[in-house]
Amino acid sequence: MSIRPRKNTKKRDAILMASSIALILILVLLAQLHILNNYMQSVLMFVCVNMIMSSSLNIVNGYMGEFSCGHAGFMAVGAYVSSVLSLILFTDNKITGAALFPPESALVLFPFVIIAGGIAAAFAGLMVAIPSFKTRDDYLAIITIATNYIITTAINNIEKIGASRGLMGMKNTMYGMQKVINLPWMLIWVLLFTLLSVLLIKFLMGSTLGKGITAIRYDEISAEIMSVNTNRMKIIAFMFSSGLAGIAGGLFAHIMGFINPASFNILKSTESLVMVYLGGMGSLSGSLISAVFFTFLLELLRPLQIFKWVIIPLLLILIMQFRPSGLFGNREIFEVVPEVIKKIKSRSAKKKKSEAA
Amino acid sequence: MGSLLKIDHLTHRFGGLQALTDINIDLKEHQIAGLIGPNGAGKTTVFNLVSGFYIPTEGDISLNGTRLNGMKSHEIAARGIGRTFQNIRLWNEMTVMENICISQHYHLGYGIKDAFLQTKKYKKAEEKIKDEAWALLEKFNLSEHADEFPDNLPYGIQRRVEIARALSLKPKLLLLDEPAAGLSTSDVVGLIDYITWIHDNFDITIWMIEHQMQVIMTLCDQIQVIDFGKEIASGSPADIKSNPAVIKAYLGDETI
Repeated sequence: MSIRPRKNTKKRDAILMASSIALILILVLLAQLHILNNYMQSVLMFVCVNMIMSSSLNIVNGYMGEFSCGHAGFMAVGAYVSSVLSLILFTDNKITGAALFPPESALVLFPFVIIAGGIAAAFAGLMVAIPSFKTRDDYLAIITIATNYIITTAINNIEKIGASRGLMGMKNTMYGMQKVINLPWMLIWVLLFTLLSVLLIKFLMGSTLGKGITAIRYDEISAEIMSVNTNRMKIIAFMFSSGLAGIAGGLFAHIMGFINPASFNILKSTESLVMVYLGGMGSLSGSLISAVFFTFLLELLRPLQIFKWVIIPLLLILIMQFRPSGLFGNREIFEVVPEVIKKIKSRSAKKKKSEAA
Repeated sequence: MGSLLKIDHLTHRFGGLQALTDINIDLKEHQIAGLIGPNGAGKTTVFNLVSGFYIPTEGDISLNGTRLNGMKSHEIAARGIGRTFQNIRLWNEMTVMENICISQHYHLGYGIKDAFLQTKKYKKAEEKIKDEAWALLEKFNLSEHADEFPDNLPYGIQRRVEIARALSLKPKLLLLDEPAAGLSTSDVVGLIDYITWIHDNFDITIWMIEHQMQVIMTLCDQIQVIDFGKEIASGSPADIKSNPAVIKAYLGDETI
């Protein structure tokens, strides 16, 4: 009996991990030395938030093959829960009264506030997960849109959290952290949470447990027959995906310092969808790269104002026309790039041959 | 030989359509049994009921004395019923190896927390799953295809992969739904040897639906014939061959 060949990706993973930590350190250092100004920092943070949004939506739309288009709803849950918590804990204000802790304690408590938002959003994800046992495809897509509306409309009507006027004062938390040690804390936490989210997605989707989610995409019936508990897989996929969206929402709220229900409407969900389809369904690296690309594109096209919403959808049409599977299809960049290089090489070799002949 | 699968007075209706009426089956351990009948007779419905796609309208299905009615498909799979499909249903965008590994979901041995934290338990369990899957592929002479996508394999090999995947559940009962469909005559001979080999090497009961009489008559020691959802005959291959009711169901009346 021969020995099972083992794919050795340990070295690659170690290099990736080391370089992303190095990148985080460099970015924080640049921000600390004010080489990255406030604008650049905030763009960078939006890149990260979008990375979490697109890679988490990719779990449902890419790996599991369902069409969720209410991702911003879960982001809203995370944003509001963590904002309210942060107001209760660290800020004196009219709504929640005096702060429970001094703002300086945010340094320790802030990550828990964000995670609490994520957990709340994960439970909101059950609103889609439970109907998904029996509904599929277009019908489930409608449920996700409905969920998005339910959440934003509910917030719109809760006077306590500012209703449609929105909620503000979350910047205080950041100032509190900076009072203790003067570092770009918001940037640090955003980068760390992004790294954490990507790692969790990679770990789950690389495991045999997580591959059960992918099996649902290709054939749900045979997954069930091969002992995959598809209902459990759906709960895991939806809760994990919406939980990460909640984390992204919490970070978003604290970067902006102001949120209102209108910032989590269906257009925001569509942005996440565009990023997932741009990168390729079921490709983690694809959705990360497309989040970077997409956010920068939005910033570059800012001078065009509303006209950018003509150009970006047009871009999407062109991508769907010429590369319907997205940048990397359902594979990762490490698999796609060497193949493309090989193809180009063989093509140029052929050219040389024909020229010689 | 004890009884493995017992089907008692099984009746199933789809809305107003009476698909099955009073089917009784008793499969003994280590037997190869056949289920035949003309198109639309309800053969696959029987399999779908056994593997939990539908909940029977009336009657009982039990495996080793455990009642299966109302159980989810994945629970039935975990209890030891593996099956294949009439049209091959592998996960085509995943490698053969992954196809086999995913079928280990019933005894993963770790939870979602272990996957997130990459615990020792997780790593150990993953190694075990992959080693077992590889051993199975080796046993089936499929290890050379381990990293290929099922889509790219010849049809006959795909059938073998599907059967191997069903066996990776370590089932007590294997349901084969038309394993010879779409195979050439020479492949059919290979399939007969293959099924015999599986039966000899795995401690298993096989129950198959098949239209190829050659396969049924060579392999099975007990055959059930159903037509319009009712049992019309059952017995040894020789009995079935000469049974007038069966001939009538397949060929129609003599007079026109």
